[in-house]
Parts: sequence; C-alpha cells; structure tokens
Amino acid sequence: MNRKCDKKCLELSFPAVEAEASKGIATLSARLTQNGLPEHKTDDVKIALAEAINNVVEHAYSGIASANVQVNCRLCKERLEIVISDSGAPLPGLRIPDGKPAQLGSSIQNLPEGGFGWFLIHQLTSEIRYERYDGNNHLCLRFDL
Amino acid sequence: MALTSSTTGTTQVITVRADRIDAAMAIQFKEDMRCQTEGGPTRVILDLSSVEFIDSSGLGAIVASMKQLGSGRTLDLAGLHPVVEKVFRLTRMDTVFRLYPTMDSALSTAVEQ
Repeated sequence: MNRKCDKKCLELSFPAVEAEASKGIATLSARLTQNGLPEHKTDDVKIALAEAINNVVEHAYSGIASANVQVNCRLCKERLEIVISDSGAPLPGLRIPDGKPAQLGSSIQNLPEGGFGWFLIHQLTSEIRYERYDGNNHLCLRFDL
Repeated sequence: MALTSSTTGTTQVITVRADRIDAAMAIQFKEDMRCQTEGGPTRVILDLSSVEFIDSSGLGAIVASMKQLGSGRTLDLAGLHPVVEKVFRLTRMDTVFRLYPTMDSALSTAVEQ
C-alpha cells in the first residue's frame, strides 16, 4: 500500500453484523463503480469483497463481542487495493487459508453448502496479503485492472 | 425474504423478490424455500431475474433448497445476472444445476424426470 497513488480513496466502517455488512458491501460496490472501477472488474471485486467481509463477521468476531469492520479502498488507473481491518481473532496460524475448491461429491445430498469463500477470493484477486499488528487484522486484496 | 410462487401442472415457479441473496438472508431464504416447496410438484424453477448479487452463503442456501426437495424432484434456475452466474461457474455449481438465461427458456425446455 506504499506505492504512490493520487487517485480515488474510499473508506467505510460499519458494525460487524450480517445486516450491516450486507448494506456496507452494497454501498462500497456502488461507490467503487461510481468512482470509475472498470465494468469488467466490478463483478470480481463485489464477490471477493463480500466473501472477505463475511469472513470477518462469521469467523474473526465469532464468540466475542463484535466491533467494526473498516474498509479502505484505493483505486488507481492500473489497480485497486482494498484493505479490510478488524479487531477480532487472528486468522488461524496467522496464515491466509488455502484457496482449495470445495469438492462437489457424487450426489446431491453430499453437495457442500459452504467452504467456497477463500477459494473465490483467491480466484478473483491478483494478490492477497495479511498482517496482524496491535491486535488488529488487516487483509489487503489487490486487483490488477 | 419475499418469495412468490405459482404452479402449472408439474412445474412450480418461485420468484425471488429481492435484489440480493447473501449471508444476512441465507437462513431465511432456505426456510422460506422449505415452506414454499413442501409437497409440491416435481419440477421447481427458481426465478432469479431480480437478484443482482449472491455470495457463497446465498449459493449454499440454494444448494440446501435443492437438497430439501428430496429425490425425484429438481430445482432449476432461471434469469441469472452475470455476477450470479459467475459464482455458480467458479464453484462449478453450474454443473449441478440447470441454468437458463430466462424464465421463458426454462419453461419451454421439457425436463426428463
């Protein structure tokens, strides 16, 4: 995030509960489009952003009082960087989970109903970075435009 | 979660009256689908033409909706926006569900049961 970039910066903070996250994701997606995110990338960004924020709501704040999710976006001509910060539990092992696709199995009844989130994030981003400091998680998603 | 339903012969069409199916409404969607499809026809077509966004929780809720139909019944999907179709394609769920670009194309395609 240290590269010089004088383009659009957007930020939004909202309580880490499902209903607020739903509104926050929709608001950020709309504002990124208004600020010139190319149309061919908007779907990828929307999907990855939603999965990353849902992970914070469902896992980082699981079993503890939830606080806020802070999202900072920096949109340049060639790339979009989104940093999602929270004060919840760290990622297990301080590592970004693998992006293995969920196996579909051999029958309808065995189909997975979850476990797609990190796979989608890996598929749709150019780079994922994770840092933990001062009791906060910072997940940076980079999209090359 | 607003769903409306109409049944013609052996086909039930359920229309989603919401612009997203995401983590905030996935559980409600699954429950509402259970109510709508209990004891109904063998073929259910879900009209997603109003749904402009879906996340993996919403995808999971649609998968659960198909499972709770039980054997001998199918859940087909119609009117998918490109971003919704992309989530199905990336997760390979497009190989599990029949996807139709429009409700008309879904209705005009006879399905072997």
